[in-house]
Amino acid sequence: MTTPDHLLDVEHLTMRFGGLTAIDDVSFGAADRQISAIIGPNGAGKTTLFNCLTGFYKPTVGRLGLRRGSKTLLLERMEGFRIAQQAGVARTFQNIRLFPGMTVLENLLVAQHTALMRASMFSLAGLFRLPVFRAAERAAVDFARFWLDRIGLLDRADWDAGNLPYGDQRRLEIARAMCTRPVLLCLDEPAAGLNPRESADLNELLLYIRNEQKTAVLLIEHDMSVVMGISDRIIVLDYGRKIADGTPSAVRNDPVVIRAYLGEEETDEIPPEIAAEIGVAAKRP
Amino acid sequence: MPTPVGAALRTALKEAAIAAGVALIVALPLVGFRLIDITGGVSIQTRFDWVVYGVAVVFIGRLGLALWRELRIPHARKAGEASSLAIFAEQIAAFTRQYSLYFGIVGAAFAFALPFMPFTDQYILDVAITVLIYVMLGWGLNIVVGLAGLLDLGYVAFYAVGAYSYALLAQNFNLTFWESLPLAGAFAALFGLLLGFPVLRLRGDYLAIVTLGFGEMIRIILLNWQSLTGGPNGVSSIERPSFFGYPFTAVAPEGKTAFHELMGLEFSNSHRVIFLYFLILILALITNAFSVRMRRLPLGRAWEALREDEIACRSLGINPTNTKLSAFALGAMFGGFAGSFFATRQGFISPESFTFIESAVILAIVVLGGMGSQFGVVIAAAFLILVPEFGRDLAQFRMLMFGFAMVAIMVWRPRGLIAHREPSMRLHPVGGPEAAKAGS
Ligand SMILES: Nc1ncnc2c1ncn2[C@@H]1O[C@H](COP(=O)(O)OP(=O)(O)OP(=O)(O)O)[C@@H](O)[C@H]1O
Ligand SMILES: [Mg+2]
Repeated sequence: MTTPDHLLDVEHLTMRFGGLTAIDDVSFGAADRQISAIIGPNGAGKTTLFNCLTGFYKPTVGRLGLRRGSKTLLLERMEGFRIAQQAGVARTFQNIRLFPGMTVLENLLVAQHTALMRASMFSLAGLFRLPVFRAAERAAVDFARFWLDRIGLLDRADWDAGNLPYGDQRRLEIARAMCTRPVLLCLDEPAAGLNPRESADLNELLLYIRNEQKTAVLLIEHDMSVVMGISDRIIVLDYGRKIADGTPSAVRNDPVVIRAYLGEEETDEIPPEIAAEIGVAAKRP
Repeated sequence: MPTPVGAALRTALKEAAIAAGVALIVALPLVGFRLIDITGGVSIQTRFDWVVYGVAVVFIGRLGLALWRELRIPHARKAGEASSLAIFAEQIAAFTRQYSLYFGIVGAAFAFALPFMPFTDQYILDVAITVLIYVMLGWGLNIVVGLAGLLDLGYVAFYAVGAYSYALLAQNFNLTFWESLPLAGAFAALFGLLLGFPVLRLRGDYLAIVTLGFGEMIRIILLNWQSLTGGPNGVSSIERPSFFGYPFTAVAPEGKTAFHELMGLEFSNSHRVIFLYFLILILALITNAFSVRMRRLPLGRAWEALREDEIACRSLGINPTNTKLSAFALGAMFGGFAGSFFATRQGFISPESFTFIESAVILAIVVLGGMGSQFGVVIAAAFLILVPEFGRDLAQFRMLMFGFAMVAIMVWRPRGLIAHREPSMRLHPVGGPEAAKAGS
């Protein structure tokens, strides 16, 4: 039962760790060429959801269907690296995972491994530097150069990735994921630790990825200025369950969501700092 | 407030007392008591005076060192700066890094000219061949440890597989060295795959222990499979190398021409040694060229990426198992080539040549030289082989010197002699935009 305009369909996903149910019967769909945000309090199961999608965990129950053309790939049956290689799902990590001892450029070249490996004929053509391989290598460097320019790191292409400032590392990780030419980009808290200026840049980058690269984005984020500013759709998780799903304005005023963020007891007055985080007006009309 | 000198003295005294205490604990059982043979049994002799001298030397030595450090560079130390020796080592490393290309060219030119130098005799060439075998093994293991970051403590197993492959192929099937060489490499690579397949999902220490076990297994199999390997007696009278079919003998066997006859030279024993020297030199240079080139290919870059972060690799569509297996198998293949060479050079092999200590020495060469550094491997191999060789008169101290070198490197250059990593590809020329902050 796959909705035609959905790129990704998550159906009845459940993930248990021993006695703990990190994700409990969650179903949702993500449309192609849209930014779908996944929000929820700490420990809600957001990262676990990504780990199921990208093959790091095998879901206990559930079906993860990704539409590629006329076929639907079942991600839960695929090995982790094949999900990136064949299904075209790329991701970033909550704690940045670059290759810190390799240069910025090399990070982006490693991301193009599959294409380059094929062009090098599993290293034979590469060892003798045949023209086929040289052309593919030039194309890969040009593609990397394009993304470096996009994220403003062209001048620092030969730096070790580990020596970059934090915000640049975050953007590099996104560019690296994009270098795998994905159809679905999963970003785990890309705005964490960014200053307001950097998070505005991030918004712009994500919109560019959606509009110009025609890539769908799944976005886990706590920073509501990012979430409310650019998402087409928001899914709210709490204790592993989906508690809301809709447009930003609908979700922002959903009493169930507000309660999940505030705790159980009824409150009329929302403390301003919490109001700021979830993006509601401090005094509701 | 104590004066600076007073404070320094206090620190130094404290350190010296601790060092002396440790020395006492160690020396008392080791030096203080000694078993001596007397007629009808053994008895214990005490040597407490030695213990006292030893502890005194440690105390004074440590006191002197600590005082020197406290008084001479107190500020540098406080600011967390490196000691002057470390700075010196860094300068040397920076120098070699800067001119590494020239070092490479000069080194290779010297290596090719060595057999024709006036001072070169057979002994020097023999030692040089040994050094080159270890350089080649170091470069081979560097693929596995330095690039792919897989700690392999059983590399000698592949060396053994290569050596026995050649010896047995030559003996049972009359294959020549050149026919056996690719087969020996293929066998070693196959063993690499066989070992790698089950164990490569293990990480770090676990992998190290399993490979260590594998190395011992191979040796024990060689020792016990009498019918095939000759057990502890090994394989002897292995076919010596010939110059593409022209043997290095004074009198050629029926129907063949000896090398000196072919060249119109006077027969000399040194021809064979010179030939072996060039053979290993070329094999080693091929190993080097191969790994330098692999580093710039997607597969080599994936090896390094795996060393850096396996999880990130998986998220980018790199198959970690196959990638690691390829590193393991290719590293093993070069071990196999080196093994074949070893067999043809010695003419005799036995399991004794392939003990764990060999693996340890090869690994030490890679680690001391600086993981992933081709040039560092040469320096470390030369050092680790030459020092014991020329220090033969001080044979009892060989292991001590070995240990001292290890400790010294780990203290002053924990990432190896030449720890610098040259990017596999640059976007800007060296010294281009913001190049100053790159690397390091
Ligand atoms: N491998 C695991 N083994 C056991 N429990 C796990 C595992 N991974 C996640 N969990 C548990 O699942 C729950 C959800 O964790 P998850 O990391 O998905 O939360 P999150 O929504 O990403 O939170 P945050 O906003 O803090 O990143 C937590 O209680 C966590 O302890
Ligand atoms: Mg998380």
